[in-house]
Amino acid sequence: MTTAPEAAASADALLLPVPDDDGAPFWEYAARGELRVQACTACGRLRFPPRPCCPHCRSFDSEWRRMSGRGRIWSYVRPHPPLLPAYAAQAPYNVILVELADAPHIRLAGNLVTSADAPLDSMDPARLRIGARVHVVFTETGSMAVPRWLLEKS
Amino acid sequence: MAATLKDATAIVGIGQTAFARHLPQSEKELACRAILAALADAGIDPGEVDAFSSYTMEETDEVEVAKAIGAGDVTFFSKIGYGGGGSCATVGHLAAAVATGQATVGVAWRSRKRGSGPRPWKNTAVQLPTPGQWTRPFGLLRPADEIGMLARRYMHEYGATRDHLFNVAMACRNRANENPAAMMYERPLTREMYMTSRMISDPLCLFDNCLETDGALACVIVSAERARDCRNKPVYVHSAAQGLPSQHHGMVNYWNDDPLSGPAWTAARHLWKQADFGPQDVHVAQIYDAFTPLIPLSLEGYGFCGRGEGAAFTEGGALELGGRLPINTGGGGLSEAYVHGFNLINEGVKQLRGVSTAQVPDATTCLVTAGEGVPTSAILLRS
Ligand SMILES: [Zn+2]
Repeated sequence: MTTAPEAAASADALLLPVPDDDGAPFWEYAARGELRVQACTACGRLRFPPRPCCPHCRSFDSEWRRMSGRGRIWSYVRPHPPLLPAYAAQAPYNVILVELADAPHIRLAGNLVTSADAPLDSMDPARLRIGARVHVVFTETGSMAVPRWLLEKS
Repeated sequence: MAATLKDATAIVGIGQTAFARHLPQSEKELACRAILAALADAGIDPGEVDAFSSYTMEETDEVEVAKAIGAGDVTFFSKIGYGGGGSCATVGHLAAAVATGQATVGVAWRSRKRGSGPRPWKNTAVQLPTPGQWTRPFGLLRPADEIGMLARRYMHEYGATRDHLFNVAMACRNRANENPAAMMYERPLTREMYMTSRMISDPLCLFDNCLETDGALACVIVSAERARDCRNKPVYVHSAAQGLPSQHHGMVNYWNDDPLSGPAWTAARHLWKQADFGPQDVHVAQIYDAFTPLIPLSLEGYGFCGRGEGAAFTEGGALELGGRLPINTGGGGLSEAYVHGFNLINEGVKQLRGVSTAQVPDATTCLVTAGEGVPTSAILLRS
């Protein structure tokens, strides 16, 4: 169950990722401004979400490979309330799925914003388009860094 | 092969409570009322029940239910995971148990107070599940947001429009308008209402979402042999399947090579392989409709049309009574009640008994599906 301080924090702040053992490296690299994806050391295949074992060769050895941080919008939604208070305050905002340029079929959920620290609803919705090119930036939120996405200048 | 599930068992009793935004009774009481109604419908004494199946998300467990209704010694019980994906598997598990002699009288049920109970995204003290680390911080909070993402991609790839989603909402509402038990009885929907309603998660509007409902349902499964002696016409479990595709990731199936081919495709392959008939022989279908886009996706998954053709399939009144494939004839989750799809099972039984409020003439085959987009299940019923 959520403890009281966490609950209090979530009422006025966006939710923070709660990493598990497999996902923790992603967030540690994010804190250094790096977008990395788990790769099998044995066969080299990338996998997401992270997990203990490679589904292709069943190796338990993995490394975290740095990505270019570029991708394209695969899809998006615009949530409207009722939502958790911190999200309702910025709604309607966008959530995008970004298909990574260097890793087809690895898609990261995120938000298209006008600058790293801008609100979730900062981007004009008219500019949301499937296929649009984006690149990653990181924003500090609470004690963690989370990825955000900016439109590539065309 | 020694044993087969095909027509070896039948649903012989169905029961339900009222459906409403708020019911005063507890979930446990609602469960007991629905189960006792189903047993009375079958003409079977509660003391004969020796098998139970429900969902992992069901709050009333078999220990409490068995005690309350005065069941006998119970020799089989199971709980199916993944929310609405579990509905048809409850029948499938009991059919397998009865067909293989592990039990003789099985009861499946679902009791819910979603209408008056809490919804997690309205609370501040929300627990963040581990897979949520990849989605929830970014505001992908509710099932509507998660399915909306797939819906937008589907619309982009195949030219599906909001009018197609409206066709789904309209078919369900029209059937609910004919069903006095439905929450949307005598409450018609128009295209104008649909197109101007508020967005929940754009591209999904209010009418693309299922109802918030209090209520419970149950059904009773016995062997085909025993079924002949029951009060009502048996409805045979012809085929049953579950589906958890390779590299599937639950509602946010975005990391699959092909996120638009969900668990329905996997369940369908097994379902049809075990059946004596195919999609073209289905007279009426009860297709899980927590959200309208699940219908075109399921129509494709269960083979009623080709990949990408599900939206076009809804055109020209195809889903209405008299259409190519009448669906959700009680109103479905969108307009009868959202009880995790259990009402679809009971409505399938009503159709094959010939007593639906929106009866498809001479219907003898019915497909019932559970939630697409999550590990799912489906059954084929025949009379
Ligand atoms: Zn490998």
